[in-house]
Amino acid sequence: MTTLAPAEVEVEQPVAGDDPEHERPWVVIVWNDPINLMSYVTLVFQKLFGYSREHATKLMLQVHYEGKSVVSGGSREKAELDVARLHAYGLWATMQQD
Amino acid sequence: MAFRSRIRRLPGGGVRVELSQDERDLLRQVAGELRVLLEAETDDPSLRRLYPSAHEDADREREYRELTRNQLAAGRRRTLDVLEETAGREELRAEEADAWLRALNDARLVLGTRLDVTEDYDWEALDEATPRAQELALYAYLSWLQEQLIEAL
Repeated sequence: MTTLAPAEVEVEQPVAGDDPEHERPWVVIVWNDPINLMSYVTLVFQKLFGYSREHATKLMLQVHYEGKSVVSGGSREKAELDVARLHAYGLWATMQQD
Repeated sequence: MAFRSRIRRLPGGGVRVELSQDERDLLRQVAGELRVLLEAETDDPSLRRLYPSAHEDADREREYRELTRNQLAAGRRRTLDVLEETAGREELRAEEADAWLRALNDARLVLGTRLDVTEDYDWEALDEATPRAQELALYAYLSWLQEQLIEAL
């Protein structure tokens, strides 16, 4: 790591369409709220994402006790679709880039 | 609670619903009132929990709203239609039970926001002297019914 070899340094050129903003994956977060029933939140995770009852319950408990949980993720389009589906079921979901 | 469950799962994913005529009338009324509130498209703060923000960034949030708001509103109207149309029925198909689940939840979100309920609300202390006792009782009833439906599903 100490040898400088300027002739070999390659500067990465940005490739057209390779926008790092765009590439960084998104995560979908569900936040705790006092209205949605714990059993309902678990059922919605199972229904929308096909998670097992056990996994859905784990995520729900994380929402309940830690205030939030990452429930899915991917491209912006996929994350927005997941957020919209969660909003359709009345869950408090947001998304952000990892 | 020692009450016998009044919603039972049927083979094929549907449910059987045992409710009194008063309860069925109440559900129709709730669906009707919620539809009026949704159609008013007002800035009523009790509606904000139905349409949370997806993004912190204002531009992205605007794009998300433009993309989804109408579809979400249409979906909500459909579930209320189903609840209203099937409120008198003894048996619900799976997709009708799902519509009940969502409509009941929307009603609870609106009522709960209006009443500012908290997770540790003391339901035992609720009596007629409590301010907004009627709305709280409705909220508690809808919560109980939704829980029954979830247990059956």
